[in-house]
Amino acid sequence: MTLDSKAPSGPIETAWDRHRFDMKLVNPANKRKYSVIVVGSGLAGASAAATLGELGYNVACFCFQDSPRRAHSIAAQGGINAAKNYQNDGDSVYRLFYDTVKGGDFRARERNVYRLAQISVNIIDQAVAQGVPFAREYGGLLANRSFGGAQVSRTFYARGQTGQQLLLGAYSALERQIAAGKVKMYARHEMLELVVVDGRARGIVVRNLETGKLESFAADAVCLATGGYGNVFFLSTNAKGCNTTAIWRAHKKGALLANPCYTQIHPTCIPQAGDYQSKLTLMSESLRNDGRVWAPKDAADCGKHPSEISEDKRDYYLERMYPSFGNLSPRDIASRAAKRVCDEGRGVGPAVGGVRRGVYLDFSDAIQRLGHATISERYGNLFEMYERITGENPYQVPMRMYPAPHYTMGGLWVDYNLMSNVPGLFVLGEANFSDHGANRLGASALMQGLSDGYFVIPYTLGNYLAGVKPAGTTADHPAFRAAEQDVKSKLDKFLAIKGKRTVDSFHRQLGDLVWDRCGMGRTPEGLQEALQKIPAIREEFWQNLTVAGSANDLNQSLEKAGRVADFLEFAELMCTDALTRNESCGGHFREDHQDDGEAKRNDADYSHVAAWEFAGVGTAPVLHKEPLTFDYVKPVQRSYK
Amino acid sequence: MKLTLHIWRQKDRKDAGKFVRYEVPNVSEHMSFLEMLDVLNEDLQGKGEEAIAFEHDCREGICGSCGFVINGEPHGPQDRTTVCQLHMRTFKEGDELYLEPWRATAFPVVKDLVVDRSAFDRIIQAGGFVSVNTGSARDANSLPVRKEDADRAFDAAACIGCGACVAACPNAAAMLFTSAKVSHLSLLPQGQPERYDRVVKMVHQMDSEDFGHCSNHGECEVHCPKGINLSNISRMNADYIKASLFMSPREGKEESGA
Repeated sequence: MTLDSKAPSGPIETAWDRHRFDMKLVNPANKRKYSVIVVGSGLAGASAAATLGELGYNVACFCFQDSPRRAHSIAAQGGINAAKNYQNDGDSVYRLFYDTVKGGDFRARERNVYRLAQISVNIIDQAVAQGVPFAREYGGLLANRSFGGAQVSRTFYARGQTGQQLLLGAYSALERQIAAGKVKMYARHEMLELVVVDGRARGIVVRNLETGKLESFAADAVCLATGGYGNVFFLSTNAKGCNTTAIWRAHKKGALLANPCYTQIHPTCIPQAGDYQSKLTLMSESLRNDGRVWAPKDAADCGKHPSEISEDKRDYYLERMYPSFGNLSPRDIASRAAKRVCDEGRGVGPAVGGVRRGVYLDFSDAIQRLGHATISERYGNLFEMYERITGENPYQVPMRMYPAPHYTMGGLWVDYNLMSNVPGLFVLGEANFSDHGANRLGASALMQGLSDGYFVIPYTLGNYLAGVKPAGTTADHPAFRAAEQDVKSKLDKFLAIKGKRTVDSFHRQLGDLVWDRCGMGRTPEGLQEALQKIPAIREEFWQNLTVAGSANDLNQSLEKAGRVADFLEFAELMCTDALTRNESCGGHFREDHQDDGEAKRNDADYSHVAAWEFAGVGTAPVLHKEPLTFDYVKPVQRSYK
Repeated sequence: MKLTLHIWRQKDRKDAGKFVRYEVPNVSEHMSFLEMLDVLNEDLQGKGEEAIAFEHDCREGICGSCGFVINGEPHGPQDRTTVCQLHMRTFKEGDELYLEPWRATAFPVVKDLVVDRSAFDRIIQAGGFVSVNTGSARDANSLPVRKEDADRAFDAAACIGCGACVAACPNAAAMLFTSAKVSHLSLLPQGQPERYDRVVKMVHQMDSEDFGHCSNHGECEVHCPKGINLSNISRMNADYIKASLFMSPREGKEESGA
């Protein structure tokens, strides 16, 4: 299989413009004859569904939550990047492009990234027009701040709730189209199968989570905007419902899954407090603008109250190791540095499993310099959240932080048009693999989700639809009946096993294993061990699972069983990809490929996208490579020293 | 610590429902309330019983999914805290807690502690937006907004749509929720062109959803996990009165010649 990115050639600055002109259009009067399915209602899904509705297509949008406004984009805190250069500090489309390619450790497609940087400015305009209340200066103009990994202030924010405000903007646009009759919304409906007819994506099978009813929906194209797979680790900053089911089912129907080993570990999360922990809470990395990260120099001081550790006994290790970026070093670098400090026995806070896994994030200098009021205005809600969870007041005691899985750069392979290798199947936002390479910069997830939904898919989907005849929305093809039957037998099986162990116990077991072996640091031996153990966990899952209740009403354990069953298959692919990529890059750190603690890339052999083809559960997947070329930003070793 | 819980169990919309008593031993003070329920659910499932259904997702207090009533208080006893952020250090050994779903005609119980809040979505559909299609925006900084206005708009926009205001209100009114969205948009220049049309449509939708009327108890504000202010209701009422008395509706029957 040859993977054609379909990225336009020629000068990168005009590539998207020329591509937009070259794409076919659907006549305005014909748009209503086409139907589109959008799965997911986060930033990518809601913005896509709303915009496609505005254009005149008939859209059906699905989410598993009780309302589209609950999608996990809502929890993004820090901000959204845009190359507006409002601060006159040297930012430009080219600089945002450059920073993103470099930040992604030269594992993203240049032309996608350039387009993302171009579109970034339109997103801010659109959001402001919707009434998104971004932070403003006293003159009434928009405020900006700098954000992890950037030396310019290009991040727009709405206190620590930027994701919430942007999602509510997209949600309001979506609700407007629902009221206009152009989008039909199906909340509490979970996609459980993709239906492919004659090689084209033609629909989905969903389960009504309240009644348990299985229903088929047909359309001329299917857009998946179902987020990332971070919950494979069980403990992550993702919402509890986030899952890989939609993209995994599409993968099993032929869509290639690219770079699953690229997972992002966020450096500033509240450390685990006990073994009952259900999720980890992220503290926006904007905190690193004013907070200073440190750990005791001497392991013997780790049990002391931080106020008893004098200045000369503290190791501000990010400032020491990376003097020019210091506390603002990129996420992967800051995360690994924290892990190293804790592995050396210099971690702080309660020991879970015998190890203290935490470092301090200290605001005392900033409070002295800027005053309590300024810090409170910038981070008040985050400080409150921290105190609610830990019972400690961060104005008085330094916060404790530890890295946690947060975002996944890998996802379904898509071309420049965001279409997968299955014609008619489009993938948006975190669910696709594009744009961020091996590591995502802070405040770029919101940008990509909205870029895909508001400004890319409306054009590229039209180009696809212009080449197919409207096929109607009747799901009467036998492929739908077969897919429904597959889904039903799987659900019945979960209920019939009647074993001894709960879904969560399997999920925790899997999560512990992959966090340990395929988390922040990876070794060939560890990955091989994981690849041996995962099938065994999966086998026990199918023998010894217990799910009470029925498939005919709201059954949250049954929902989880389906998601964990998919994670148990997905995890194997993630580890296979990590084992095959014999280099370190971005969020993929192989301990056997480093120079004195710094990631060592291997451009000669691995400057490609690894896109995997499904070959059966327990069967080795087939690797396809899309070579990456860099015409503008020449690969260099990433250095933040 | 050890707790006694009385949890509302209701199979589906039609079931009458009842409280069921559960003993939960070994509760750690560092657990969140939902983690305490997770532990109980693991225990129930281990015995082959069905888990207690409750809505939750982000567990960071922002998605608005979670929420039930603990001893008569929506989201429990801690101010400005959703139940997912409520930690067990708030409770003490031997506490007896009654957990029940939001009680409101407009929020039918779906199962156990889960209710149907789709009425909120329909209120937003009625007008909780600025009518701006993708692509038709001007440069963001060409529209300065007073910082004070932007901040107040943000305060209103911080609503997470959890429904605690309805559950707290003796009349099960949705005034705080509706007024938060009305205020968010009416405080900003972007919201002005549709300001009076919006308030009328949203209030009419709210009334048609079987929510009760506001009688100024203020319980909604007290129990709002995001601190949404009662002044939003005053602002909505002022806009509504102005719209009803002085503005002609944009849609509906044509105005008479007078």
